[in-house]
Amino acid sequence: MVSHDKLEQSVLHILFILLCVVAVAPFILLIASSLTEESTLMTYGYSFFPRKFSIYAYEYLFRSSGKIIRGLGISFLVTFVGTFCAVLMTVLFAYPLSRKELPARNFFSFVIFFTMLFNGGLVPTYMMYTQVFHIKNTLWALIIPSLLMNAFYVIMMRSFFTSNIPDSLVEAARIDGAGEYRILFQVVMPLSKPMIATISLMIGLGYWNDWMNSLYYITEENLYSLQAILNNIINSITFLQSSSQSGASSALASMPSTGIRMAIAVVGVVPILCIYPFFQKYFVKGIVVGGVKG
Amino acid sequence: MKSQTLPSTKTKKKSMLRNRNAIALLSMMVPGLIYLAVNNYIPMAGLTIAFKRYDFSKGIWGSEWAGLSNFTYLFRTRDAFNMIRNTVGYNLAFIVLGTVLAVVIAIMLNFLKGKLSKKIYQTLILIPYLVSMVIVSYIVYGFLSTESGFLNGVIESVTGRTISWYTEQKYWPFILVFVYLWKSFGYTSILYYATVIGIDSALYEAAAIDGAGRWKQIWHVTLPGLKPTIITMVLLSIGRMFFSDFGLFYQVPMHSGLIADVTDTIDVYVYKGLTQLNDIGRSSAAGFLQSVLGFVLILVVNQIVRKVDRDNALF
Repeated sequence: MVSHDKLEQSVLHILFILLCVVAVAPFILLIASSLTEESTLMTYGYSFFPRKFSIYAYEYLFRSSGKIIRGLGISFLVTFVGTFCAVLMTVLFAYPLSRKELPARNFFSFVIFFTMLFNGGLVPTYMMYTQVFHIKNTLWALIIPSLLMNAFYVIMMRSFFTSNIPDSLVEAARIDGAGEYRILFQVVMPLSKPMIATISLMIGLGYWNDWMNSLYYITEENLYSLQAILNNIINSITFLQSSSQSGASSALASMPSTGIRMAIAVVGVVPILCIYPFFQKYFVKGIVVGGVKG
Repeated sequence: MKSQTLPSTKTKKKSMLRNRNAIALLSMMVPGLIYLAVNNYIPMAGLTIAFKRYDFSKGIWGSEWAGLSNFTYLFRTRDAFNMIRNTVGYNLAFIVLGTVLAVVIAIMLNFLKGKLSKKIYQTLILIPYLVSMVIVSYIVYGFLSTESGFLNGVIESVTGRTISWYTEQKYWPFILVFVYLWKSFGYTSILYYATVIGIDSALYEAAAIDGAGRWKQIWHVTLPGLKPTIITMVLLSIGRMFFSDFGLFYQVPMHSGLIADVTDTIDVYVYKGLTQLNDIGRSSAAGFLQSVLGFVLILVVNQIVRKVDRDNALF
């Protein structure tokens, strides 16, 4: 019986190690390729072990290409400003929904819930943002459309408030003479730190990874975030490969070459991989809370 | 006298205070309400663009009505059939394979002993979920690139030939399903695992006393315990049947025209129509169908679940 149990555990461990390899190996290919010397890449292609080690790609990126640094700066700026505003708006919307004193509470709950069921889609949204609000080629375009307040997070936050903030606590603060804003910022929010941290991380990840707003609304290269630069490079490769061979080869030569491409992608992944282990708990919590009862 | 007026001023004061609180609460929601109006509700009204002959100089509201011509135009092409088949087909594959895989992994994770290894495995399998589709498209390119892809390196050393992945349709249904599963399996397994660990351990003990082995325990305890979560998740996915991850279908195939027949979904079509083909009529008609069909579908599905099992309905 004991040996049967041991065998079972070994099989499970082997299976999980395999799954982890499948999940992680592609990133190793990415990183290894970015650390391989260019001529080796040209002859042997991408591989998991750099045949000839070189950090040239990174040197090139950070020395001669201000574009990448700029993109990195824009990504950080948008992520911080966007996450701050989004979390603030989410909390400010979710908290009243959790209070019985809110007039027309059901109506407001419906207003937010309905956006999960029905939406206008890309064409009207694009038309409105570009023609009414003239958001094209501004930093607003990276912060506002679709990412600023998500019904999903509002409902997650509201459920947290409803089930974790006792009415008696709010009532007590009120008797002490605190107004609603003070109650929210000084009583409720300190008690909701884990949930706010979880939501901030999910929203921050959304901003960092977003490339769709850039694709739709940004054509000016000065405003490219890192993801937009990556997207742009891969689009140019596609374009050049599909166009005729003659003129393309010289243009291809001026493109970031095989290894550098992968290095830029690594720059896009590394910030996430760096903070992820420390916040893993919150990510897992976000998935669990968000998924089970939305 | 005094004892009569006091309660009335007190209630007055209380109701005034309540009013002030209500106003404060309402004022908190103002930024969010403005945002929802702009980002969500005005575009819903803007769906009427599908019934108009769009004219840039006149805008959505000023353009002339065109009846159903955008829709007839859309359905005259093969595109309409293709993109609906692709969107629904891939979603079905994702729902079936994704759910089975995630449930199996969640159950395996539950039987695993050792807290630390459990945590390490969970951490590692979640990594693909954290990166953007653009990064994924780079990774896929690293494997599939014709000249320098890793897979072609391996294939060439064995057979002496290379495969031009980005121009061959037949591989893409498998590639896209694989990429989807790779990116999402960590997320969905952890989601189901959270339910699995919530199952009362007394149920397992009782089953064990009744002589149930591992498999019987899974069948009679774990799976019934997972049923509500599975139903909710599948329902949500069915409600999103006409939607697709734009990045997966647009970026990962690197918008190669030669494989568009098997990779174009409604979202890709709408985007292409809007930006590349400058065909706003067909694009908005496709977008309209997507929004409306998606909405109807989620209502129908929810209604059916309410009839069968009220507790699992979404609303």
